[in-house]
Amino acid sequence: MIYNIPYIAVVALILIGLYAVIFKRNLIKIVIGITLIESGVNLFLITLAFREDSIAPIYRGSGSRIMDMSLPVPHALTLTSIVIGVAVLALMLSLIIHLYKHYNTLDASKIGREEE
Amino acid sequence: MSGMSRIVKTVTNVAFPIVMIYGLYVIAHGHLTPGGGFQGGAVVASGLAMLLVAYGSVWTMGKVKEKQLSVLESIGALGFISLAFLGILMVLLYSSFQGNFFNNFLINQDIIPIFNEIGRGLANINTAGVIPLMNFAVGLKVIAGLFAIVLVMAYATRLKGVKQK
Amino acid sequence: MSKRDFAAVIFFAIVAVFLVFGALLTHPFGEFNQENDPEMDQYIIDNTQNETGADNGVTAVVFDYRGFDTLGEATVLFTAVAGVIILFRRLKK
Repeated sequence: MIYNIPYIAVVALILIGLYAVIFKRNLIKIVIGITLIESGVNLFLITLAFREDSIAPIYRGSGSRIMDMSLPVPHALTLTSIVIGVAVLALMLSLIIHLYKHYNTLDASKIGREEE
Repeated sequence: MSGMSRIVKTVTNVAFPIVMIYGLYVIAHGHLTPGGGFQGGAVVASGLAMLLVAYGSVWTMGKVKEKQLSVLESIGALGFISLAFLGILMVLLYSSFQGNFFNNFLINQDIIPIFNEIGRGLANINTAGVIPLMNFAVGLKVIAGLFAIVLVMAYATRLKGVKQK
Repeated sequence: MSKRDFAAVIFFAIVAVFLVFGALLTHPFGEFNQENDPEMDQYIIDNTQNETGADNGVTAVVFDYRGFDTLGEATVLFTAVAGVIILFRRLKK
C-alpha cells in the first residue's frame, strides 16, 4: 500500500479540480478547476515512465556503458499535453473577457438566460 | 495598463539580456542536454512578458505591431513543414536516398557535406542531422505565438481616461 | 436542496469511488515483470546513438521517432494563437 502514493496524489488532484468545476459559480474558479484536472493527468503520465534504479534518458560520453534508463516515450506525450493545456487556457480567458464586457457580471447562473 | 516606477524599469534593463541568452542557449543545445524547442521558447516568452509588465502595454504596442509577430510565426511553421516534406522530395532528386515522411535524410550520406557527423563522444551542433534545424523552427514559432497572446490581451483591457505619471 | 444539487452530489460520489478503486489496484510504482515488458522502449534506448546521432533521448523521440505527434501539436498552438488575435480585432470606423 505504501508503494502507491503517487497514484493517490493523482486522484486527490483530480477530485479537487472536479469539485471546483461542479459546485462553484464564479467563472474564474471554474477555469482554475479545469487547470487542476490538467495537472493531475500530466502527473499520471509521468509516473508511468519509471523503472527501479534508473536514471534520466541522457547519454554520457563515449566511455560509459548504458545503464538502466527510464522509458522516453511517456516524457514525449507529457510535453504535448502541457502545450495543449496552455492553448485551451488562452482561449477560455479571452472568452471570459468578452462575456464580462457584455453582461457586466461574472456569475454563471445569470448569463445566457433570455428575458422573461 | 500603465508602466511601473523607475526602480523596476532599471532592474528590467539589466535582467532582460541575461534571460534572453539563457533561453537561446536552451534552444540551441536541444539535442545534447535536456531542453529543446518548446522549453526554450517558453523561457524567452517569459522574458518578453517581463518587459511588457515593466513598461506598460501602450508603449509596447507602439513599438511592435501584431502583424510582424504573425509573419514570424508563419515563417517558423512553414520551415517545420518543409523540413518534413524534404524527406520525400529527396528521393526524386537523388536515387541513393531512402525516403518517407519525416525522414532524417542528412545522416549516413555523402552528397551534402555538412550535418553529416555521427558517433559517440562528438557533441557539436552538426551531429544529429535535421534535429537542430527543427529545434530552431519550433522555437521561433513558440516565441512569436506566446508573446502575441500576452500582448493582445494586455492591450485590449487598458483603462481609458487614466493619466500616466 | 433542489433536484439539481442532489444529482450533482450523486455523480461526484460515483466518480470518486471509481477513481479511488483504480488507484489502489494498479501495479506497484516502478515494477516490471514478464507480462508488460517494454519492447518498443528497449529498442529506442539501444539504437538512438547509431540511428540518429543525438545524445538526448527525449528529443530524438519527439522529433524523429514520433514526429507526427509534434506536427499535430504545432497545429493546435497555431490555431489557438489565430483564435485569440481574431477575438480582439479592432474595426476601423
